[in-house]
Amino acid sequence: MGTLIILLVFVLFLAAIFTGGYNRRYLERARESWLWGWITTVDHKKIGIMYVTAGGLFFLIGGLEALLMRLQLMFPNNDFISGDIYNQLLSMHGTTMIFLVSLPLLFGLMNVVVPLQIGARDVAFPFLNALGFWLYFAGGLLLNLSWLFGGAPDAGWTNYATLALPEYSPGPGVNYYVMGLQITGIGTLMSGINFLVTIINMRTPGMTYLRMPLFTWSAFVASALILFTFPPLTAGLFMMMFDRLFGTHFFAVAGGGNVTIWQHIFWIFGHPEVYILVLPAFGVFSDVFSTFSRKRLFGYTSMVFALVAIGFLGFMVWVHHMFTVGLGPVANTIFAIATMAIAVPTGIKVFNWIFTMWGGRIRFSTPMLFANGFLVVFVMGGVTGVMLAVVPANFQFHDSYFVVAHFHYVLIGGTILGSFAGIYYWWPKMFGRMLSEQLGKWHFWPFYIGFHLTFFPQHWLGLYGMPRRVYTWMPGYDLELGNLLSSIGAILMTISLFFFLYNVIWSFTKGEKAGSDPWDGRTLEWTVSSPPPEYNFAQLPRVRGLDPLWVEKSAGNGEMQPAEPLGPIHMPNPNHLPFLMSLGFFISGFGFVFQSIQVGVLGLVLVVVTLFIRSFEEDHGYHIQPEELQTKGV
Amino acid sequence: MNIESKTATVAGGIPSEPEKATLEGKNKILGFWLFLGAETVLFATMFGTYLALKEQHLGGPRPHELFQMPMVAAATLILLTSSLTSVLAIMGMHENNVQKMRTWFLITVLLGFAFLGLEAYEFYEYVHEGHTITSSAFGSSFYLLVGTHGSHVLFGVFWITGLIMQAGTRGITVHTAPKYYVASLYWHFVDVVWVFIFTVVYLMGMMA
Ligand code: HEM
Repeated sequence: MGTLIILLVFVLFLAAIFTGGYNRRYLERARESWLWGWITTVDHKKIGIMYVTAGGLFFLIGGLEALLMRLQLMFPNNDFISGDIYNQLLSMHGTTMIFLVSLPLLFGLMNVVVPLQIGARDVAFPFLNALGFWLYFAGGLLLNLSWLFGGAPDAGWTNYATLALPEYSPGPGVNYYVMGLQITGIGTLMSGINFLVTIINMRTPGMTYLRMPLFTWSAFVASALILFTFPPLTAGLFMMMFDRLFGTHFFAVAGGGNVTIWQHIFWIFGHPEVYILVLPAFGVFSDVFSTFSRKRLFGYTSMVFALVAIGFLGFMVWVHHMFTVGLGPVANTIFAIATMAIAVPTGIKVFNWIFTMWGGRIRFSTPMLFANGFLVVFVMGGVTGVMLAVVPANFQFHDSYFVVAHFHYVLIGGTILGSFAGIYYWWPKMFGRMLSEQLGKWHFWPFYIGFHLTFFPQHWLGLYGMPRRVYTWMPGYDLELGNLLSSIGAILMTISLFFFLYNVIWSFTKGEKAGSDPWDGRTLEWTVSSPPPEYNFAQLPRVRGLDPLWVEKSAGNGEMQPAEPLGPIHMPNPNHLPFLMSLGFFISGFGFVFQSIQVGVLGLVLVVVTLFIRSFEEDHGYHIQPEELQTKGV
Repeated sequence: MNIESKTATVAGGIPSEPEKATLEGKNKILGFWLFLGAETVLFATMFGTYLALKEQHLGGPRPHELFQMPMVAAATLILLTSSLTSVLAIMGMHENNVQKMRTWFLITVLLGFAFLGLEAYEFYEYVHEGHTITSSAFGSSFYLLVGTHGSHVLFGVFWITGLIMQAGTRGITVHTAPKYYVASLYWHFVDVVWVFIFTVVYLMGMMA
């Protein structure tokens, strides 16, 4: 009760400050600071930049965790890190990389690029967009605070029941996992809905579905997957939370619960989730291949079809993570066949990318380097994927380093190389400055070589019998060389990231100013200035074909024709409620982590109050008059 | 697709379908349909869990010993009726009749409260018979499913109450109409979920 009162007073105090009851001048000053601008922004480009920045930050954290693990595994019987800490590093690394790095990096790119590519002035729900970001950030922060307060989750990123129940994981660690992911998950769902509505309703005249760039298509399919996969996670996390906090028996066998239910729910979410992570990367590569080969994408319609097919099949393969559970030969066979079927549309995509380059005028700029690196890595990861889908073989591979090698080949090869390619490709659009090509190559090559050095030997480590998720290994089983190489590779990858960071600093200080179209692009985002004005398009462009800018370039116009006369442009107002609402969720999550129902409910009350404020708010935005528009172009 | 040009045409009177008159309104409705799709999957997961765990009553009371038809049937009837009244409210909105809309929404809210009252009473009874959220896996999955539905109803009544208040000050415009419309969509959805709960949990439970 005492804590509750203190918290209440604190909240009132803050409220007093923020409403200006205390000091109006203070409020004014806060309003004008740049920080307030970012906190309240509803501009999709700024939110995109925040996503990329936060994703990058968490990438450093997750990468550091990986490096520590690899240092521990460098030599046999090493005692650099204890088993307990290793479990925490392992769980946090996996969780961070999947939820806090991969998706946000892609979301960042989607946010910046998708509205520009379809010729929209903003996303459909700017307010929800901001809320989605702040929820993601609040959840991520909560998850990472576990290192400081009470210990990190230690039941793996899959958080299997039994191991994750209080009996085996008594500390608050897994509570952080549950609450953190619950909060980020809500944010992700909102963003998914937002992208879907934006793409369905807000395309510029002439931008038919089959003229949308592949990146937009992939954002569309990934958002549809988000829509149907995150709710099961939400439900599963609720059950996990109740089992841990309130003593229910969803998974606790003693009370009649069933541990397999968690596995099903988790993978019904988890498998589509990995497709959510890789499809947007496919989209980035499709755009990059066609731009840097100066050809339209080979087999555009089949590429779209393949995206949709992969998205669809992605829902029907979750049991391939559970072959060894013992669901019986019929279930295993069906899911094995469904899994192998995914190789077909994926194969279509790989060949189309190769044919796009075939006969093209190829430029090996940094994005293109990453794209070509991806082709090799992803095919290798795909091959081990089909191997894993063979049920009898899977019984051998399961829970060994073979699996670790496989999923790093697809996740790093797909998502991370894709994010880097996208960042190099759209950086000029985001910030109006170029990154250094020279440093880009210095980033790519050590990263790429280091990657293979880290993960290629792990195939053999797995086949020699090294189990995953174990903090050390014994000498004398032919594991020495592989582990040593693997750790050296991890160090090499770490070094390569410094080149990237240096490149970022270089770009902001010495980088050359980017024009609107630095890569000789083909799609609409290259028709507006870099960075684009807040309203994106003074006049919405009229689209006359696939690769609209290229169509106009070949027709000799060089720029888009407008689809509407100049007129006032409607813009949404900045709003601080998304931040406050996420703060409410954060407080609530923190409360539940420490099993304090009062604080938990207090946070939720804040959420509900902000919801109601929002509902009653009359917020019609403002208008930019034609005279105020800075750029004339379409 | 400039929002201005869309709203300009309706500046004079109120169009026949005010909820879809602006791009914002259209976005809101489409987005809400998608959200309902997500909610469907959420409930589907909970239904699945319930079906998997409902036999695990650990010697506690079984479904057919617990459930009482008259009360559940009454709750069902109340909720179904409230769906009808929310339709009448939306018809009021289309007739640009604020008073009619508010009245029917108010009745919807009252019916919602009645349903919640019955549900609270029902849970209270169950707890006395030893059927709690921690008594068995059956109890856990039952309360999760039915409780999640109940909290949706609870959220709905507060939401619609807020909208009734807004309708008092702002009336029906192209800005407020989409709000009323999606709230009624939400209410129908909650109702449909209840139909499934009634069938899967109560009717099928009583059969055994
Ligand atoms: C940057 C270089 C990276 C290195 C050196 C690295 C290294 C590792 C190591 C040592 C493990 C633990 C293996 C075990 O003990 O079983 C691991 C697990 C994992 N990593 Fe990475 N990783 C890297 C990047 C990534 C990325 C980019 C992702 C995802 C996008 C990722 C996702 C995962 C996942 C999901 C796990 C499994 C965690 C679990 O078993 O619960 N990793 N990684």
